[in-house]
Amino acid sequence: MIQIKNVHKSFDDLAVLKGINLTVNKGEALSIIGGSGSGKSTLLYCINAIESIQQGQILVDDIDVHASHTNQDKLRQKLGMVFQQWNAFPHLTVLENAALAPRIVKKMRKEEAIEIAKKELIHVGLGDKLDMYPTKMSGGQQQRLAIARALAMRPDYMLFDEITSALDPELVGEVLDTLRMLRDDGITMICVTHEIAFAREVSDTVAYFHQGVIEEIGPPEQVISNPQKQTTQHFLRKVL
Amino acid sequence: MDYEFHWSIVWRHMPEMLQGAFVTLHVSVLSMLIGILIATPLAIAKLNHNKFFSPIATVWVEIARNTPGLFQIYMAYFGLGALGIHLSPYVAVLCALAFVNTGYLTETFRGGFQSIPKTQYSAAKSLGMSRFQSYRHIILPQMFRRIYHPMTNQFIWAILMSSLGILVGMNELSGETQRLQSLSFRTLEFFIVAAVMYFIITKLVLLSTALIARKLFKGEI
Ligand SMILES: Nc1ncnc2c1ncn2[C@@H]1O[C@H](COP(=O)(O)OP(=O)(O)OP(=O)(O)O)[C@@H](O)[C@H]1O
Ligand SMILES: [Mg+2]
Repeated sequence: MIQIKNVHKSFDDLAVLKGINLTVNKGEALSIIGGSGSGKSTLLYCINAIESIQQGQILVDDIDVHASHTNQDKLRQKLGMVFQQWNAFPHLTVLENAALAPRIVKKMRKEEAIEIAKKELIHVGLGDKLDMYPTKMSGGQQQRLAIARALAMRPDYMLFDEITSALDPELVGEVLDTLRMLRDDGITMICVTHEIAFAREVSDTVAYFHQGVIEEIGPPEQVISNPQKQTTQHFLRKVL
Repeated sequence: MDYEFHWSIVWRHMPEMLQGAFVTLHVSVLSMLIGILIATPLAIAKLNHNKFFSPIATVWVEIARNTPGLFQIYMAYFGLGALGIHLSPYVAVLCALAFVNTGYLTETFRGGFQSIPKTQYSAAKSLGMSRFQSYRHIILPQMFRRIYHPMTNQFIWAILMSSLGILVGMNELSGETQRLQSLSFRTLEFFIVAAVMYFIITKLVLLSTALIARKLFKGEI
C-alpha cells in the first residue's frame, strides 16, 4: 500500500505540492490527471525519493520513504518507474537494458537475470529485438523497453509519468495496450496521464490535480464522467 | 649542398633507438592512465561543486592549460630538486605529463558528463542502482565513448610532448637520439630517423585506438 499523508513540496520559493493525501492499495490503479505544472510528476518523484519533501509523509508498505534511516536505493526496488522522456541506456542492447539492474542491484546470477529480462521483453512484444540497440527503435518500442526494464526488477508498484505524451500519435496505441495488459495482470500502478479515455477505462480511482492540490478524487465514473468541481469540468472540457 | 648521408651508423644503433621509442610509448601510456584516473573524480567533483576538490580541480586545470610543457618538466625535475625532492628524469617527465593530461582531461570529461541527459541518472536511480553503480554501468561507459576521440588526441599530444625529456636527459626517443648523434655527429640522419619513428608511433597508436573503439563501443550514442 502507498500512503501519502499531507505532503508538501517546494522548489525554493515555488510551492508545488500543497498538502497531498492519497492512498493506493495493492492491486489498484490510480490515474492522476491535471494541467501542466500542477505537480503530477513531482509527486511521482517524491514517491520514489528522487525528490525530497518538506512536510508530510509517504509510506510504501509502511516504509517511510523520506526518513533518514530508510535505504532509498533499496526502497526504489519496490517501485518501478517509466518516464515521459525515453531513456533507454543507449550503450546497451535491449536485453542488456532489461537484465542489468536485476544482475547488479538484485545480485542475480547472469543467466537468471537474462531469463527474467527476456520474459518481460517478450511480454511487452519486444521478443524479436533482444540484440538490437535501443537508438535504432521507435519511441513506442523504447517506451515498451522502459516498461519491461522496470518490470524485470519485479517491483510491487509501477509509476508511469505521461509515458505516451512524447510519442507520435500512431505509436500511442501500442504503449497503452501494454499498460492495459499490465492492468489485467493486476499490477498496482499510478499513472500520470493526459489520455483521459484511457484513465476512465483502466483506473479504479482518478485524481484531478490543480495547482498542487487534489481538487477532485473518486472513481472515474464520477471524476471524469460527472465532475462536481468547476475547475475539473473546465479542464476536462479543454482536453476531451 | 654537399652533405653526405651516412645511414649505416644509424642502423647499427637501431636497437637503442627502438629502446628509446619503447620508453616514449611507455611513459605516455602511463601518463594517460594516471591522467584518466585523477581526471575522472576531479571532473565529477567539479560538476557537483564539491567544496574541497572543486577548487583544486579548477586551479589544476588552469595551471596545466596555461603554462608551457617545458616549464612543467623543469618544475618537476629542477624545481622539486631544489626543494630536496630528487626525481629521476623518467619520473619527472611522467609527473609533468600526467599533470598536464589530468588538466586537459578534467575539462574534457566534464563536458562529456554534461552531455549525458539527466534522465539517464534518474532512470538508473529509479531501478535501484546506487550512485556508484549508476556511474560505473550507465554514466561512465557513455561518457568515455563520447570523449574517446579527444582523449586519443590527448594521448598523441603526450607522446609528442614526452620528447621534451631530452632537456632533463631522459632516455626516451629524443633523448636517446640526442645521445647517439653526439657520439657520431650524424645529427641529421639520427633526427630524421627519430622523426619517422615518432610518425610511425602516433599512426600505430591511432590505429590501435580505433580498433579498440570498434571492439568496445558497439551501440550508437
Ligand atoms: N527540479 C525543479 N526545480 C525547480 N522547479 C521545478 C523542478 N521540477 C519541477 N519544477 C516546477 O514545479 C512545478 C510542477 O512541475 P511538475 O513537473 O510536477 O508538473 P506536472 O504536473 O508534471 O506538469 P506537466 O503536465 O507539464 O508534466 C512546475 O512549475 C515546474 O516548473
Ligand atoms: Mg509532468
